[in-house]
Amino acid sequence: MGARNFFDRLEPHFVNGGKYEKYFPLYEMVESFVYTPKTVTKAAPHARSFIDMKRIMIYVVVATIPCIMMAFYNTGFQANAAMAATGIEPSGWRAAVLTALGIGFNPDNVFANMAHGFMYFLPIYVVTLVAGGVCEVIFSIIRGHEVNEGFLVTSMLYVLILPASTPLWQVALGIIFGVVIGKEVFGGTGKNFLNPALVGRAFLYFAYPAQMSGDSVWVPVDGYSGATALAISASDGYQTLAANGMTWWDSFLGFVPGSMGETSTLAALIGVAFLMLTKIANWRLVAGCLLGMIAFSGLLNIIGSDTNPMFAMPWYWHLVIGGYAFGLAFMVVEPVSASHTNMGRWIYGALIGFMVVMIRVINPAFPEGMMLAILFANIFAPLIDHFVVQANIKRRAKRYV
Amino acid sequence: MAQTTRDLLVDPMVDNNPITLQVLGICSALAVTSSLTVSAVMALAVTLVTGFSGFFISCIRNQIPSSIRIIVQMVIIASLVILVDQVLKAFAYEISKTLSVFVGLIITNCIVMGRAEAFAMKNPPVASFMDGIGNGLGYSLILLMVGFVRELFGAGTLFGITILPSVNNGGWYVPNGMLLLPPSAFFVIGLIIWAFRAWKPEQVEKREYKIQEAEAH
Repeated sequence: MGARNFFDRLEPHFVNGGKYEKYFPLYEMVESFVYTPKTVTKAAPHARSFIDMKRIMIYVVVATIPCIMMAFYNTGFQANAAMAATGIEPSGWRAAVLTALGIGFNPDNVFANMAHGFMYFLPIYVVTLVAGGVCEVIFSIIRGHEVNEGFLVTSMLYVLILPASTPLWQVALGIIFGVVIGKEVFGGTGKNFLNPALVGRAFLYFAYPAQMSGDSVWVPVDGYSGATALAISASDGYQTLAANGMTWWDSFLGFVPGSMGETSTLAALIGVAFLMLTKIANWRLVAGCLLGMIAFSGLLNIIGSDTNPMFAMPWYWHLVIGGYAFGLAFMVVEPVSASHTNMGRWIYGALIGFMVVMIRVINPAFPEGMMLAILFANIFAPLIDHFVVQANIKRRAKRYV
Repeated sequence: MAQTTRDLLVDPMVDNNPITLQVLGICSALAVTSSLTVSAVMALAVTLVTGFSGFFISCIRNQIPSSIRIIVQMVIIASLVILVDQVLKAFAYEISKTLSVFVGLIITNCIVMGRAEAFAMKNPPVASFMDGIGNGLGYSLILLMVGFVRELFGAGTLFGITILPSVNNGGWYVPNGMLLLPPSAFFVIGLIIWAFRAWKPEQVEKREYKIQEAEAH
């Protein structure tokens, strides 16, 4: 156990009284990343569980792997297909690397797509880790808390919900805002009432709408505009999607323009199935969110509208377009910012399902509603819990008059 | 009250700032700070109204019946605000259009009412005037700081003069659109409060609860 010896030799320098006492969080971060967290509960109740913070976070990262794979593939596929269709010549460092390695830009070649997509994904991910990680470490050193594995999850989710063409400085700004304003000012992981990844994404959405919305940002090829399924449905109705080359199955499997990791409903569903199986994600949140979405979109289908084609969109389309499935799989079920009571989880999930359809269909300003719906429900989560708990107290008080 | 004039003027700047410590007058601070010019005019208007309303209310403080004192204060404040509004309309029509309803709403600005009720009703006219000016300056300080950040990073200009040439005009700076939306002032004011309390820890409120320590390091 060479590495264990290495850590044991270093540890005295970082604990109380050591030379680098201040930098204990840094040491702790690396050590608990390699081994397991050492902290155990010392006060009653002494509940034993193999699920510690590290395991939860690693499970979530594992659950995103199908989405990451699809992010590689689809980003590259969209770019290669766009270049093949329009005849735009590949340029920039990515093109130089791909040509030098002889991989090429054939949209039918899975490996070429993966490689191209990977080169869009990697810089964004590295920038996110560095910029967000530096903030995280600075705060943990000053505040004296540990660098939390949660950041791995936040950074991964954040990258997956960005368009591939996002400028890197905006990526950095967004994650810094998300980590500092969304999490650290409230005391760090476990005290964030908003989802930090979504806070960062929302910041970019409102601060730089030109790079975050519209038709030209989803496919990272200059001068090519590929509208998302939501944009097409909002203007012409979902019936025209097939004519634009987007069948339901394309959308379900994820071969449509969109943010990097969110296009594939199948990948997100695999992820959430894994999370529910391991009991990291609470199934009530997922069920509530599905029910709210299906019920409200069904209601809108019945009401109908002559001027707004979105009214007619059935629930199974709502499920597969935009960020609904990804949000459902990884954002709605986030345990910290969701409601904590079982009844509250149903209400919280249903509120998101309702709001997302509401924003997509009825609000003309925003084509996609998942991000805003989740942030909205995040704010209401403590309130929902409060009323559920109060109702329970009242109910039980009545029983013993 | 043994406060010197200097205390009355300087205390509300940082130590007892109406916005960052008492968290009053937030609505106008959110609404009018998207550009520095408008912020400056608003700051000037509020400072003058707070100062003079303190002075006049203090002059007649012994004649005001306690049961209708709020109404009397309102009448004085409202007359001053109407005066300011008319002056702005006459000499700075463009800015008064931007400020629109917010000049009128100075009447309900908690800072003005707060100083009238808390200070002017109990102190002589000159001290009340200074107190009003001091609090107005404290408000102005924050308003100008927020306006500075929002206009510089939101539009790349200061007082309408280009500092950071924006991409749309052939420059390099990509304006941050969020800073032009009113909610961004929440973030800016929040960060200013954070900075003030890091600088003066005595402003930090006591915790309402204590989190149970689950583990000992």
